[in-house]
Amino acid sequence: MQIPLTYSLRNLRTRKLTTALTAGGMALVVFVFAAVLMLDEGLRKTLIETGSPDNVVIIRKGSESEVQSGLERDKAAIVESQPQVAMGAGGVRMVSKESIVLITLLRRDSIKPANVVIRGVSLMGPVLRPQVKIISGRMFRPGTSEVIAGHAISDRFEGAGLGETVRFGGREWTVVGAFDAARSGFDSELWGDVEQFMPAFRRPVYSSMVFKLEDTHQFEAFKQAIEDDPRLKLEAKRETQYYADQSEVLSKFIRYLGLTLSVIFSIGAIIGAMITMYAAVASRTNEIGTLRALGFRRASVLAAFLLESLFLSLIGGVVGLLLASFMQLFTVSTMNWQSWSELAFSFTLTPAIVVNSLLFSLAMGLAGGFLPALRAARLGIVDALRAA
Amino acid sequence: MHFFNLILRNTLRHKLRTSLTLLGLVVAIVAFGLLSTVVDAWYAGVDSASSARLITRNAISLVFPMPATYAQKIRQVDGVRGVAAANWFGGVYKDPKNFFPQLAVDVTYFGMFPEFIVDETQMRAWLRDRKGVIVGKKLAETYDFKIGDTVVLKGTIFPGNWEFVIRGIYSGKTPKTDVSEFFLHWEYLNETMKRNVPRRANQVGLYMVELSNPSRAAEASREIDAEFKNSLAETLTETEKAFQLGFVAMTEAIVVAIRAVSFLVIFIILAVMANTMAMTARERTAEYATLKALGFAPSFVVTLIFGESLLLAFVGGAIGVALTFPVADVFGTAMGSLFPNFNVSMHTVVMQAVSAIAVGIIAALAPSRYAARVNIVDGLRSIG
Repeated sequence: MQIPLTYSLRNLRTRKLTTALTAGGMALVVFVFAAVLMLDEGLRKTLIETGSPDNVVIIRKGSESEVQSGLERDKAAIVESQPQVAMGAGGVRMVSKESIVLITLLRRDSIKPANVVIRGVSLMGPVLRPQVKIISGRMFRPGTSEVIAGHAISDRFEGAGLGETVRFGGREWTVVGAFDAARSGFDSELWGDVEQFMPAFRRPVYSSMVFKLEDTHQFEAFKQAIEDDPRLKLEAKRETQYYADQSEVLSKFIRYLGLTLSVIFSIGAIIGAMITMYAAVASRTNEIGTLRALGFRRASVLAAFLLESLFLSLIGGVVGLLLASFMQLFTVSTMNWQSWSELAFSFTLTPAIVVNSLLFSLAMGLAGGFLPALRAARLGIVDALRAA
Repeated sequence: MHFFNLILRNTLRHKLRTSLTLLGLVVAIVAFGLLSTVVDAWYAGVDSASSARLITRNAISLVFPMPATYAQKIRQVDGVRGVAAANWFGGVYKDPKNFFPQLAVDVTYFGMFPEFIVDETQMRAWLRDRKGVIVGKKLAETYDFKIGDTVVLKGTIFPGNWEFVIRGIYSGKTPKTDVSEFFLHWEYLNETMKRNVPRRANQVGLYMVELSNPSRAAEASREIDAEFKNSLAETLTETEKAFQLGFVAMTEAIVVAIRAVSFLVIFIILAVMANTMAMTARERTAEYATLKALGFAPSFVVTLIFGESLLLAFVGGAIGVALTFPVADVFGTAMGSLFPNFNVSMHTVVMQAVSAIAVGIIAALAPSRYAARVNIVDGLRSIG
């Protein structure tokens, strides 16, 4: 026979302060746990959505990122002439030859410097990234000193707002538009005409090139052709893969650090639950004896106390998640070590994270409540009834 | 004496609860200490930077080089004692996760860093060998580099596979010195680039500038930058400290997060500790009433509760602080060259002690108020 659920629930309500303190400790642990998962998810989403699986990025072999790469004009021409490159309207090849450099800009709020990516693109550049949409102002005109800024840059860096000017490469550049790139990494970039950037930075070579595949299945064939050509010394990656690789170190760092902390912190919360539950058992010894005398079996007593502990942790889990969900309002902006540049991403809550956090909190409740519940179940009827 | 005895006995009454609370406290204090040491390690480069050195780099950003001819002009600026070129090499040793800083430097570089101690014969061997490198002690230990070993790095910025021979191992003058760096000859890098990619030869990533008088740092920086104003590569000169701070500022969000989280763990343990004290006080309501009935003032009862809470906090805090050192050692070794400096600072220990005591005091607040106010008759009737 089961002990009614309300028995467990009402016990939590009687000891309000203790319940609040124990659940509060658990809520903080769940908060850290959920926040870490949300941050990692936000980073992953930002970088994965930056790329499109049909686009291919070409960089110099071994250079690992666009910033470190260099691609001569003659090599770019060879790549452009490959049969796998898609043709756009009017027979124009869908290729963007790009020049990526880092410049130092100052943050508006703290006047602290950060590395910002400047991307010089060909006419096809924006076409290859359909997620990039101008939200205010207009597109830059090729052949002029005009640039457009991703909204994460435009809002937060001096000189990058609409109508303002930024100085780099010995020239003044007017920001004529701000764009939204659907929370992708492009939101943290400044874009302009590649043929203007190259002379300004005195770089005779492109950094990388991006093109759309005629047919997505041709990637392997293309990769083979390019990487086997001894003249080229180039490397081809799908754009999605390229950006996933770029965030690997940062993502691992966030996940490892965060999960290690969650586990260590959870020890504290489990101990809190254990203390509470042991006290609950000790002060209710008489009650337990009565329950057993009434005919409730050991297993039912075990279940009742375990349920109480699980309820306790569930309260903690829900409160922690609630706190963590407010983190979605914040955007984190930090340097990505692999690309050496500023990257903005936000905490992102997904159903999977909600489920994982609640499971984590229940696991804490189970770990903390099991031993006390076992003690309760093992009490002898006579001894328990005799206890003061 | 009786008084302390009473506190001690009260504390030991529930051995299981006391040991669980202590365990929680120890875990929290160790975690707090470890996190605060991680933050310190982040700033280690800033702390060990000298104010007598300036760093000149391209004003656009660090990825842009400057011509090698700038060295001569910088040397002519008043108050400059020495100039050394340095390039970030950015090679990969076997796997990208084996990260350590590699710098291609002029032979004069070590003269500017008295905190790097290199054996005289090893230094001569390095000077004689173009492919020679000097590596830090910690780096050598991490990857088991020995003098005479050949190390191959895959260049990411400078293409190709590069072969180096370990000629020297430097140690640090102070524990804060970064002993995880890898120094190769700038000349070797430059000559190889001249042969392979001529357009990238004779370029310098940054100039390390030594001043004869540190107090002239601001003027010297301005004069250096003025020298190259309106040239193809305008420069930005700042002290080594400011340069390092700029780096830390870029990853500030992470530092802020770690700091915030390190305080969260204190709140978690505060909740646990406050709970323990609240339960204790409630269970002993009848006893407190008895004490009051015997004529003890409410302040006596309050002192009892505070004494017990502080005793727990003190013991937990002491064990936590003591454990932080071995744990930090293990953690630092596991992290290898990622954190060149991983030492628990005095400041961290003080913060740990303060947090433990604060937790002890705050945890006793509510229960002691309850116990002081409890009515004798109600209290005696209470059955806990």
